[in-house]
Amino acid sequence: MSELLLAAAQPTINWHTVMFYVTAIFACGFAVVVTTTNNIVRMAFALIVSLAATSGLLFLAGAYFVGAMQLMIYVGGTVVLLIFGVMLTAQKAFITMRTRASDWILGLLVGGALFSILLQLAFLIPQWQSSDYQAAADAELAAYVEKLKADKADGKVITQEQRDELERLEIAADDGMPQRSGEIGLALVGVRADKAQRPDEPGLAGYLLPFEIVSIHLLVVLVGAAYLARARRHSHAGASQ
Amino acid sequence: MGEYFAGWFPADWEFLGYTLAALVQAILLIHVIALGAFVFIWAERKVSGRIQDRLGPTRTGGKFGWLQSLADGIKLLSKEDLMPKDADPILFKLAPYVSLAASFTAFVAVPFAAGWVALPLNIGLFFVIAILGLEVFGVILAGYSSGSKWSLFGAMRQAAQVVSYEVPLGMCVVVPVMICGTMDLVAIGEQQRGWFTNWLIFHDPFIFIIFWVYFACAVASVNRAPFDLAEAESELVAGFLTEYSGMRWSLFFMAEYGSMILVSLLASILFFGGWNGPIPIFTGLIDWFPDYLGNSWVFTTFANLVGVVNILLKASIGVIIMMWVRWTFPRLRVDQVITMCLKYCVPIAAVCLLGVMFWTALGIGFLNDLVPSQPRAMVRESWVEEGQRREAKRFDSLQTPSTDSAKGEVE
Repeated sequence: MSELLLAAAQPTINWHTVMFYVTAIFACGFAVVVTTTNNIVRMAFALIVSLAATSGLLFLAGAYFVGAMQLMIYVGGTVVLLIFGVMLTAQKAFITMRTRASDWILGLLVGGALFSILLQLAFLIPQWQSSDYQAAADAELAAYVEKLKADKADGKVITQEQRDELERLEIAADDGMPQRSGEIGLALVGVRADKAQRPDEPGLAGYLLPFEIVSIHLLVVLVGAAYLARARRHSHAGASQ
Repeated sequence: MGEYFAGWFPADWEFLGYTLAALVQAILLIHVIALGAFVFIWAERKVSGRIQDRLGPTRTGGKFGWLQSLADGIKLLSKEDLMPKDADPILFKLAPYVSLAASFTAFVAVPFAAGWVALPLNIGLFFVIAILGLEVFGVILAGYSSGSKWSLFGAMRQAAQVVSYEVPLGMCVVVPVMICGTMDLVAIGEQQRGWFTNWLIFHDPFIFIIFWVYFACAVASVNRAPFDLAEAESELVAGFLTEYSGMRWSLFFMAEYGSMILVSLLASILFFGGWNGPIPIFTGLIDWFPDYLGNSWVFTTFANLVGVVNILLKASIGVIIMMWVRWTFPRLRVDQVITMCLKYCVPIAAVCLLGVMFWTALGIGFLNDLVPSQPRAMVRESWVEEGQRREAKRFDSLQTPSTDSAKGEVE
């Protein structure tokens, strides 16, 4: 606690970062609990807390839409998984799972490989190494205001286009770009509004292909589920005859 | 609000201001749940009494028994906190908090007047619906961890109910989003300002039907009769609540009343104009004298306070109707609930969704067009309005550089 206060006294403390670490500790700690506990319902509870903390990280990053999606799909989905995967198939009240040594080794191998790949990827991309988004947006806004001031000193009148551009920069500096769900929606159908420099520019290719792949995947899952459900009923009817 | 409080503190200590603002908002929101439960538990007793031709509480605290909730609370506080031997201790203790926390968190994104919202979210409605789905987790956890067959039955029924009502509920809330073109609850409410004919329920005949589907699903989502299958005191002792007593039991009830208020607030924002009263007194005055009253901080604050009273009145009517429903209809069976939600509500909601879509796309007029206040698309989300405000401020400071520099010299 005293360390925190000391850190607070220093002028450069970023409270955003402090909140990030608190939430991240929740996410990681409960993820460890998931792997170590034997009781399957406690495991599910820890998984839900971990996923909810991940959603908190997304909210902290300003990606509200993705954060709410995380809550809806992953956390809500885990609740349904708990209901149907665990409670409906359980034979007795409190199930305990024993993990064998071979499972531990296999799990560590797969998980460790994935972790090392992700870690390397995360540090590979230079833009991800520092969270200077806010500083960049502020600097861009300040530069544009300076430019407008210089124009004004030259005796030019500020046009409507310049005012629109100023408004765009003000929003970017105040709110950040990621929270605009409209742009995510546009990007899903192929228009990257966030990458376009001017409104009349179409922008880069969006997420249309991954979106389509996911929807086809879901369709296959639905067809498979329907097939399985139907097949069981037919065989059941045949057996009774 | 955070920026206002941040101004109180010296440089590098602004976070104290933001913390203070967050605390004030959290305490206000906790009181919405706590006082709401206090008032509505009393109201429930009176309403149920009147419906059953009784008087309800009459003695505690004067004529109408209005201190009955306090007496209930003291009784619950002094009860022994029991835990069954077979229960899972950690989950048994955590379950009530999960329920209450989910119910409370959703209030963070609910606006009570124009711009009076703890967290102005671009996707407020989506956030509220996502959080609302988590409240059942507490119920299921409670039922599972109690180590009692009645509790487990309650949890299983709850699970069956969740997967059936969430689908039509989701389809119902999509309709106002489709009409307004935003998920920002503040913008949805502000788009319905003006006379009561501007409320979304009068947008077209289909959304009128959608509202009743929403209401049925909302009653199911807060686990109240006729959908209280998880509790079902005449069949399952008390369902998932069987092993709970004292404070833990009352936390579940706080969560239930909190969700009742929440879904009613959501209904009033999505369908009944939110904080806009039936007759536009304050918004009309602001529109007439935009320079005097629209810029007056005192007047807009007073208008917002009246707006808070408006929305709370609308939400209270919703809660009272839920009580009326509870004490009028018999409980449905599990299969009847699933049939109602999936076989009737989903097709009705789907047809009405298509109906509203064509109605909006073809631009057919209805009651909304009688006394239009302003074009819907002109009301933008809070982040756009904030950007416009900042841009206007910056533009003004650019237009008058002389006074700006003069100020700088004085300082």
